[in-house]
Amino acid sequence: MRLINRTPGRLTATALGVLPFLAILLIYGLASQQRLAENPNDKLLPGLEQMTSAVDRMAFQEDRRSGDYLMWVDTVASLERLGLGIGVAALMALVVGLLNGVLPLVRANLAPLVSALSMVPPLAILPILFIVFGLGELSKVMLIVIGTAPIMMRDVAQRVRELPAEQLIKIQTLGANSWQIITRMALPQVLPRLIDAVRLSLGPAWLFLIAAEAIASTEGLGYRIFLVRRYLAMDVILPYVIWITILAIVIDQCLRFTNRRLFPWYNAGGH
Amino acid sequence: MSFITVKNLWKEYGDQVVLENLNLEVKQGEFCTLVGASGCGKSTFLKMLLGQETQSRGDLLLDGDTFPREPDRHRGIVFQRYSVFPHLTVRQNVLMGLELEQKPLLGKLFGQARKAALEKVDAMLDSVGLTASAHKWPHELSGGMQQRLAIAQSLIMRPRVLLLDEPFGALDPGIRADMHDLLLKLWRETGTTIFMVTHDLHEGFYLGTRLLVFDKVRNDPHDPQAYGATITYDLPIGQTDKRLLKDIDQSVSETARNQAA
Repeated sequence: MRLINRTPGRLTATALGVLPFLAILLIYGLASQQRLAENPNDKLLPGLEQMTSAVDRMAFQEDRRSGDYLMWVDTVASLERLGLGIGVAALMALVVGLLNGVLPLVRANLAPLVSALSMVPPLAILPILFIVFGLGELSKVMLIVIGTAPIMMRDVAQRVRELPAEQLIKIQTLGANSWQIITRMALPQVLPRLIDAVRLSLGPAWLFLIAAEAIASTEGLGYRIFLVRRYLAMDVILPYVIWITILAIVIDQCLRFTNRRLFPWYNAGGH
Repeated sequence: MSFITVKNLWKEYGDQVVLENLNLEVKQGEFCTLVGASGCGKSTFLKMLLGQETQSRGDLLLDGDTFPREPDRHRGIVFQRYSVFPHLTVRQNVLMGLELEQKPLLGKLFGQARKAALEKVDAMLDSVGLTASAHKWPHELSGGMQQRLAIAQSLIMRPRVLLLDEPFGALDPGIRADMHDLLLKLWRETGTTIFMVTHDLHEGFYLGTRLLVFDKVRNDPHDPQAYGATITYDLPIGQTDKRLLKDIDQSVSETARNQAA
């Protein structure tokens, strides 16, 4: 039997999927154990004990100086920025993308600008954002917006243009005006596609968030990681990275679930 | 005065002549079937009736006035595919036209107005045989059911002209016969003027009041695009006896074969 025709059963598939994770854990565990055996104060590859005590210190005990539970303060600050940034970007993408997709006059006017903007490396304009918007929340949110909005705008416009031409003619024969074509035909069909676009943009959004926090911030997950780097505190950094990854997965799955619940026609091959 | 008048109509794309010197008068309530080989301008003519394309020369008149230059609610269309909205259920699909008409800004009906509209919708669904599927999504319907839906969606607007662009081309033969019966029934009930493009010559003979054959009269082998197609046969259907029908069938099939060769 050809390799391409061999499909794993459910149990095998799960086992195969879990295997790489276990392998990484095992390799890390062995390496960590070895280093700690040579030097109990080694900071590079902390063991489970050190990491749990670090998490306990960061998440479940008040900080001695500020009286806060640092990990939660960091998480809330980061998620606020991320949510605000990606929310604003998605809203802008929806408006601009719809107009670009439906109206040829607007497309002629705006599409080249959007294309050009999406080519600007967002991190290169981070200094400009800090200068213009200051070191506060606004510049960090703006970095996420600028980094993710243009690409989502292009994506939404493209999705609108992929709607069958027959539909566009059909709705006109039902007497729709341009506004109705946008609100009753394009918008509802592009919403699930926007959620997909947001899911894809979350990766870059996290990147911009952590970059901005690393440079200028007083709290946040990215800020904390870069702060404790000075003390080689891998026992804090590693749990933070895992925590960020878990957050990213949860957000992504929530969006996927929302998409399925809200738009049953979209996920059942109805498009 | 006739309902639709076509006078010396030409359609050209650059050097390519698609239609040449088309002349036609159609009365209100006629059911015209357009047949002919591929590339003979049937669909182009339909697009002109719809307002998607405009003629290069000549006149295309509706009740004596030039045709509107974009699609509107008086001319319904059913394509071979993609004519229904995937994000709306069957009932919502048919309701859409009424909502768009009555609510220019919101595009949605509520309360009493919605109830009244839904009564019309349900009656329409009943007459196309979709009552049982009223709350299904289009992707849950078979191809034939989707076309029933597309027809219902157009007819609820009571269009003056209904245009059908190979509406049954993708359907199984058995289903197609059912659709023919349905279409004839709806046409008699509504009295709408119908233009239907089809590849199937028998479909052309069986349905409607009038058969229009689009074909090229002249052909330059060195420059195939130099001459366009025109209407070569304009036959009333129904009054002809079977033998004549067979003769016409043969000659038209032959023309189509030559065209394809």
